[in-house]
Amino acid sequence: MHDIVDKTYQIPYPSAGTEVLLSRLAYIQEQEKMDVIIPNFDAELYSFIKLENKLKTMGIHTFLPTMEQFEERHKVNLNDFGKKYGIHVPRSKTIYNVNEAQQLEKDYEWPLVVKGKYYDASLAYNFDQVKAAYNKISAKWGLPIIIQEFIHGTEYNVTGLGDGEGNTIAAVPMRKQYITDKGKAWGGISISDKQALELTERFMQSTRWRGGFELELMKDKSGDYYLLEINPRMPAWIYLAVGVGQNIPEALTRLAMGWPTPAYTHYDVGKMFIRYAWDMIVDLHEFEQISTTGEL
Amino acid sequence: MRVKNNIAVSDNGFIFNPGSGESFTVNPVGLEMLNLLRKGHPHNEVVTMIQEQYVAEAAQIERDLLDFIEMMRQYRLMQHDDE
Repeated sequence: MHDIVDKTYQIPYPSAGTEVLLSRLAYIQEQEKMDVIIPNFDAELYSFIKLENKLKTMGIHTFLPTMEQFEERHKVNLNDFGKKYGIHVPRSKTIYNVNEAQQLEKDYEWPLVVKGKYYDASLAYNFDQVKAAYNKISAKWGLPIIIQEFIHGTEYNVTGLGDGEGNTIAAVPMRKQYITDKGKAWGGISISDKQALELTERFMQSTRWRGGFELELMKDKSGDYYLLEINPRMPAWIYLAVGVGQNIPEALTRLAMGWPTPAYTHYDVGKMFIRYAWDMIVDLHEFEQISTTGEL
Repeated sequence: MRVKNNIAVSDNGFIFNPGSGESFTVNPVGLEMLNLLRKGHPHNEVVTMIQEQYVAEAAQIERDLLDFIEMMRQYRLMQHDDE
C-alpha cells in the first residue's frame, strides 16, 4: 500500500510496557519528525495516554481522553457510568471466576452476553455456554470477564469527536447493515436519529469527552436507547463519517495541533459504506524487511 | 395514522426510513397506494383511484390497502396524526 502509506514502523505490544514503547517512538521520531499520532487500538491507548506529556516534549501531539475518562467508561465500570450520567446501560457484572456467573441466574434472564475486557462477545443461553465462552474469551484477552444483560433490539453506533470542553465537534449515527460473525460492521448506513444524537450530546457535555469515540447503542422495542459500550477511539468505519461530510480524523488532527476547529453541524443521511477485502501482492523482500527490521 | 413524513420513496419503489436506516421495496401498486396516502388522500379515495386503473373489486382493493397499511405500521413507517 505504498500509494497510501509512506513508511511503516512496528511498535511493541502493549504488554511490553510504556518505557519500551517510548524508546521505540523516540527512535521513530528521530527519523520522521512526526507532528501527530492517532492511536487506535484499545489495548495500546492506556500507554499512549500515560505518555502524552512525554510525547509532547518530543514534538508529538495527541488528542486523547484523559486517564479518568478512559477508566470511567471501561466495560467493567459501565454500570457506575450509567448511574453517574443518567444514561440507560444494560445491567452487568464483572467476574473473575466462572462460578460467579451462576449466581446471576436469579437476577438476569437468559440469554446473557459474555464479554472480554477489550474484545469479543458471545451470547450464552445456559450455564454451560457461559462456561465455554468464559474460558475461550479469558484465554485470549485475560480477566475479568463481563456478564451483561441481553437487550433485544436493533444496534446503532455513533462516532464522534469531543473537544474536551464539553462541545461536540462531530457526531454521525450509523445503523449496521451487514455484520461479521464477531458482530463487526461490514456495511452500514448513516441515519438521522434525534434520540441517538441527544444521547451523544449528553454524553459529551457530562463527561467533557476529549478525542474520538464510538458509542455502541441498542434500541429496544419500546424505542429506548441503551448504551452498550464506549470505545475511546475512532471506529474502523470512520470513513463513513468522512463520506457524509464530517472529517473526524482531520478535525482530531487540528485539535491535537491546537488549531481552531469549528464543530460540524451537518451530515448526509442515507449514505452507505460497504467494506471489501483485498489480496495484496507483496514481494518476499518486503516481508523480510518488515520482519527483520520492523520498518518498511 | 399517516405515513411518516420523513421517509424517502423513489420512483421505482425503494423506501428508506432515515430514522432507523431500514429500507424496503414495494411493487407498483404498493407504490401508488403509498404515494396517494402520502399526499393525504383518505382510504376511500385511494380505493377509488386504484380501482380506476386496475380490474379489481373495491372490497378486494380495500382489504389489500388495509393490509398494506398494517404492514407499514409494523415496520414503523406510520406515525400518529398528532406526532
